[in-house]
Amino acid sequence: MEDKPIDLTPVAGIVSAYVHDYESNLIAILQQTQDEYGYLPKSVMKEITKLTDVPLTRIFGVVTFYSQFTLTPRGKHAIKICNGTACHVRGVDEVKEKVKEHLSVTEGETTADFQFTLETVACIGTCFLAPVMMVDDRYFGKLTTDSVTDIVKEYSN
Amino acid sequence: MLKRLNSYDDLITMRQSGDKKIKQDKVKVSICMTGCRALGAQEVYEEFSKQIKKQKLQDKVEVIETGCQGLCARAPVMTIDPPDAPSIFYGRVTVDIVPDVISSTILKGEVIKKLCYAEAGKKIPYMKDIPFYSRQNKIVLRNCGIIDPNSIEQYIERKGYDAFAKALFEFDPERIISEITHSGIRGRGGAGFPTGLKWGFCRKAKGDTKYLICNADEGDPGAFMDRAILEGDPHAVIEGMLIAARAIGSGKGFVYVRAEYPIAVNHLRNAIAQAKKLNLLGNNILGSGFNFDLEIKMGAGAFVCGEETALIASIEGKRGMPRPRPPFPANSGLWSKPTNINNVETLANIPVIIAEGADWYKQLGTKNGAGTKIFALAGKVKNTGLVEVPMGTTLREIVFDIGGGVPGRSGFKAAQMGGPSGGCVPEEHLDLPIDYESVKAVGAIMGSGGLIVMDHDTSMVDISRYFMEFVQEESCGKCVPCRVGTRKMLDILTRITKGDGCRSDIEDLKEMAYVTQTASLCGLGQTAPNPVLSTIRYFINEYEALIK
Repeated sequence: MEDKPIDLTPVAGIVSAYVHDYESNLIAILQQTQDEYGYLPKSVMKEITKLTDVPLTRIFGVVTFYSQFTLTPRGKHAIKICNGTACHVRGVDEVKEKVKEHLSVTEGETTADFQFTLETVACIGTCFLAPVMMVDDRYFGKLTTDSVTDIVKEYSN
Repeated sequence: MLKRLNSYDDLITMRQSGDKKIKQDKVKVSICMTGCRALGAQEVYEEFSKQIKKQKLQDKVEVIETGCQGLCARAPVMTIDPPDAPSIFYGRVTVDIVPDVISSTILKGEVIKKLCYAEAGKKIPYMKDIPFYSRQNKIVLRNCGIIDPNSIEQYIERKGYDAFAKALFEFDPERIISEITHSGIRGRGGAGFPTGLKWGFCRKAKGDTKYLICNADEGDPGAFMDRAILEGDPHAVIEGMLIAARAIGSGKGFVYVRAEYPIAVNHLRNAIAQAKKLNLLGNNILGSGFNFDLEIKMGAGAFVCGEETALIASIEGKRGMPRPRPPFPANSGLWSKPTNINNVETLANIPVIIAEGADWYKQLGTKNGAGTKIFALAGKVKNTGLVEVPMGTTLREIVFDIGGGVPGRSGFKAAQMGGPSGGCVPEEHLDLPIDYESVKAVGAIMGSGGLIVMDHDTSMVDISRYFMEFVQEESCGKCVPCRVGTRKMLDILTRITKGDGCRSDIEDLKEMAYVTQTASLCGLGQTAPNPVLSTIRYFINEYEALIK
């Protein structure tokens, strides 16, 4: 987990909004930091500790507990395939296999060219569209192995 | 422009000036802009707005964005309300059809058949004639799909914040609590604890600082009613929280919402800002001397945070792990202060109970369950979507009369109720009137209201394995029975689905289920074996067929 030199200046700006209570707002601080950097590099977490006095062990504990946080760089696009009950019953597994095949990655991995990160989520609450996935903030519903092929191609260009 | 309201009279005046707006002679075009966005509602809305402007119809037509209109299977959906005629419901609306809708339906009142809902080959243009709508009783979803969720004016026009003002100026806290207790409402998040009793505990707890939390960490796969309420009628939740805060004596509230629900967060944030501007949140609310402030806290992806003590830990910025109870949050919760936690749907019920009275509310539903319940209908069913019915409605009515039945030839096999904490209800119980106790008696739970329909092509052992995989991944790992028990049960179930099961597996599953249920620390582990036990109870032949 060795980081390349990273510009740490944005961290101070993020934490400054929570000066009244760093501890309780740790999750919000980490969410905004991840929005800024795309992931949570080690040097950035150390910087948060330096600025807030929240121990690094505690930060690491929180980061590894919640599935939203990631310690490795992500792809340009996040593909989130829904693994909810309705999607399961409506055959999301086949769709997922097709996406994996196209990207040559498995769940949680990022493609070598950093175009895509593939994730599965428990339920995105759009069960009527099952099977469904999100690419960044866009929903794609009633997926078939053909339609995901088109979607992946669209985002590859 | 939103003007500060300094009294109850100011609120009434604002509503009455709003009444004039509603009476205007306009055709109202409502487009669902939440779930339907996934299938192009945004583009349809923009096209309507553009065309109305271009054809200079602003005086005749008003286009509004709404929350979920319920019949998600027909997405993107819209409703057209002419001033003196019944509402017309259209589904599968596309950008290309917009000019036709304007020239035929909006200007001439003619129905476009191909956009209408169809049942048994018959087109049904009017909402009141569609069984999906006519058989529902929308109390909690009263505004959802009808008003613009980003407009506090529209909420107030429909008597919004009136129940809160009544609770604030006409009731003392004890009276609010007795009204809620008397109404018989029970928590809609899953456990079904009587809400009035819960509020009473927190009111009686010692301490000056008390917190109120809205649990919007809707994590059950297959449940999306809380999301729909927050997206479609966020002020109803804020109003419910204000009434609860006044009842328990809290000055500070939090809404803990999933990060996976960006539209809900957005609408809620906007609603809070509007309520603050109008002096419905903040200090000296409506000039009464009552203070209440509300803040959004975002989850970060952990199913266990739906459990009260884990949720509290998460708001405190820690790993979201549960702790033993007692002490209960009512006595020692957030930052060790007395804390009351209610679910989104529960809170959205509160204004109605105060406005209409406990006696009125009680007569909806059954003895064990007053009021209505929202179900998220999905899976192998024709009319997937959101359904609100009085407690005591049968599963058959929900799945067949409202849901339109199971598509294809395979036929109904079971309905999964209550997500990973629930169970499967087979065909033999289709006529069961649904309430908290009756569903429990047949081995499922009401839970948050996820209802997934399964046909005969669905393998019940696979469903059982699916839920076990889910809870095993989401188990926080703090207590051994849950951490190890779910892992072991998943191993066995995986083995069986692969055809490598052995004869002792079913007995082993039952035994491990018993230990996990009785020895786990929190609800996640205690209910984790339910899907396994209920599928063994009703579909043991499927297990045996795979093991042989």
